[in-house]
Amino acid sequence: MDQYTLNLLIVGATFALYIGIAIWARAGSTSEFYAAGRGVHPVTNGMATAADWMSAASFISMAGLIAFAGYSASAYLMGWTGGYVLLALLLAPYLRKFGKFTVPEFIGDRFYSRTARLVAVVCLIVASVTYVIGQMTGVGVAFSRFLEVDASTGLFIGAAIVFMYAVLGGMKGITYTQVAQYIVLITAYTIPAVFISLQLTGNPIPGLGLFSNDIASNEPLLSRLNEVIQELGFAAYTRQDGSPAAVINMTLFTLSLMIGTAGLPHVIIRFFTVPRVADARWSAGWALVFIALLYVTAPAVGAMARLNIVDTIYPNGTAEAPIAGDARPDWMKNWEVTGLLNWDDKNQDGLIQYYNDKSEGFAATAEQRGWKGNELAVNNDILVLANPEIAHLPGWVIALVAAGGLAAALSTAAGLLLAISSAISHDVVKATINPNISERGELLAARISMAVAIAVATYLGLHPPGFAAQTVALAFGLAAATIFPALMMGIFSKRINDRGAVAGMLAGLLFTVVYIFMHKGWFFLPGTNQFPDTIQGSLLGIQSTAIGAVGAVINFAVAYFVAARTADTPQHIKDLVESVRVPRGAGAASAH
Amino acid sequence: MAETTHSSTLTSEGEAYWKANLRLIVGCLIVWGLVSFGFGILLRPLLSGIAVGGTDLGFWFAQQGSILVFLVLIFFYAIRMNSLDRHFGVDEE
Repeated sequence: MDQYTLNLLIVGATFALYIGIAIWARAGSTSEFYAAGRGVHPVTNGMATAADWMSAASFISMAGLIAFAGYSASAYLMGWTGGYVLLALLLAPYLRKFGKFTVPEFIGDRFYSRTARLVAVVCLIVASVTYVIGQMTGVGVAFSRFLEVDASTGLFIGAAIVFMYAVLGGMKGITYTQVAQYIVLITAYTIPAVFISLQLTGNPIPGLGLFSNDIASNEPLLSRLNEVIQELGFAAYTRQDGSPAAVINMTLFTLSLMIGTAGLPHVIIRFFTVPRVADARWSAGWALVFIALLYVTAPAVGAMARLNIVDTIYPNGTAEAPIAGDARPDWMKNWEVTGLLNWDDKNQDGLIQYYNDKSEGFAATAEQRGWKGNELAVNNDILVLANPEIAHLPGWVIALVAAGGLAAALSTAAGLLLAISSAISHDVVKATINPNISERGELLAARISMAVAIAVATYLGLHPPGFAAQTVALAFGLAAATIFPALMMGIFSKRINDRGAVAGMLAGLLFTVVYIFMHKGWFFLPGTNQFPDTIQGSLLGIQSTAIGAVGAVINFAVAYFVAARTADTPQHIKDLVESVRVPRGAGAASAH
Repeated sequence: MAETTHSSTLTSEGEAYWKANLRLIVGCLIVWGLVSFGFGILLRPLLSGIAVGGTDLGFWFAQQGSILVFLVLIFFYAIRMNSLDRHFGVDEE
């Protein structure tokens, strides 16, 4: 059977599974649509949360980022997992006890302010839409490579699948589909990693293989990798840039990703679906178990793929000649078609020279060998998808990886679309436009907003604004600087009143957005930035990706300052906060 | 939704429960910060002498160790909180 038929079969089978689950788990009430009827087991919910959280970026891009950035990419590993500690300890159990359906609803009720609720809705929609664009483009790319259709057709198929299970099943359908998607994506990620780890180190567990000895040289894999890439002029893989500015930026970037993770609404609402407060605590732990399976493997995949690439180009060692262009392996030719890998024979010698042509220390060596620049450009995003081909794994593994990448993108897209549509139907339509709407009317409104959200996401996936990649900083910055502090203060301080919370959120929002625009261009228009987005040239020496943590601090400070100078929180709100802090009675509160 | 808990949580029992919870949270967050920002980034130069698989302990904490500690922390917190809930009689029946 050829590769194309295999891809079609395996991807088709997974899609049939998702749709089957959707029909089985149809939502009949708003409680089922928004919170899956609050009957999801914590382990199941942990699995669904893991699929919800791990996007196309985690599955496809992260290992590639680590492979080429080495140690400094650890910020992603720690940041995207450390947020779960904050969720489990500071937010999830209390929001579950509060027992409503959306994040803006908690903020609006706790701060007895419609303005606070609307500010939260705006932040939620900006953060979620930003994210959806990336997922939808990811779906298009994965389809075009593996099903050999053009990216637009792939996108339409993906949108139709999400439409079927999200509109029909709401949170209930999404939850059980995400469980299936988690199993697909973790299998697809692990199998090639195990084989590569076996080939390079003989250790079947990739996470351990990373710190084991490399079979070929019988020295530790990481020290061999350090040596090999330094011989080509790259910085050592495990090297830390010890300058104070770099250390501060890495710390703040990690912190921003952690707070942002804990403040992203599509993750928070997953904790509304479990039966009890104690289950919300367990569920955060299980979510991290399932996330850690991939996140502990990713650094191994990154390091091993980097070593594999160098070994492929320089089969006789980096001091000898690289392979001839005509002898390059098939996986390179396959990826050249997509434009994500490129060989450009700059010195016309027919060989592929791969080295760091920006290194001043290596320039003399390159000159002496007659090299005229690096000839191989490898996009970060192809590493995971190309891994099975690099390691010569059978065709069904390649098809499985395609299905896994699609599962990662589709599950996250569905979670985001649900967060957007419930904010519109519950926080805008029911809370502001038509408070007397019936349950059936609200369910219909939820389904219509879901359909509109999918249409908008598909349009944006087809015509991605040029700034799509840059807005991820904005999504995390917004969640870190507005939603997380508001939720945390709402639970841990009775003194923060409506004015304090609104002033804090607006200050955090304005500071973060203005700072990002000053570095990335106003509304991301190229050339309108006042400061370059590098450590040296930036205002305060902090890059825009790391500014969310500072925005959060500003939010806390302004909220305390304003609250201390305005009227105390009313007694019934203090009672509300006290009741949120105690698990007992959570079942009663959820009967809406 | 405040109907059942209004009177009970204002007692000294309720305060003791909340204080015990806060102590537990602060303790866990200190470990959380130490393994990630501490061992993984700021204190990495101090750990550079401890070799682990071709690199140093700080690199291991940055790429894997902190994630494993995060896991232990969440389950430790859940177990401790559930027993606190029972001890103070505020668990869900």
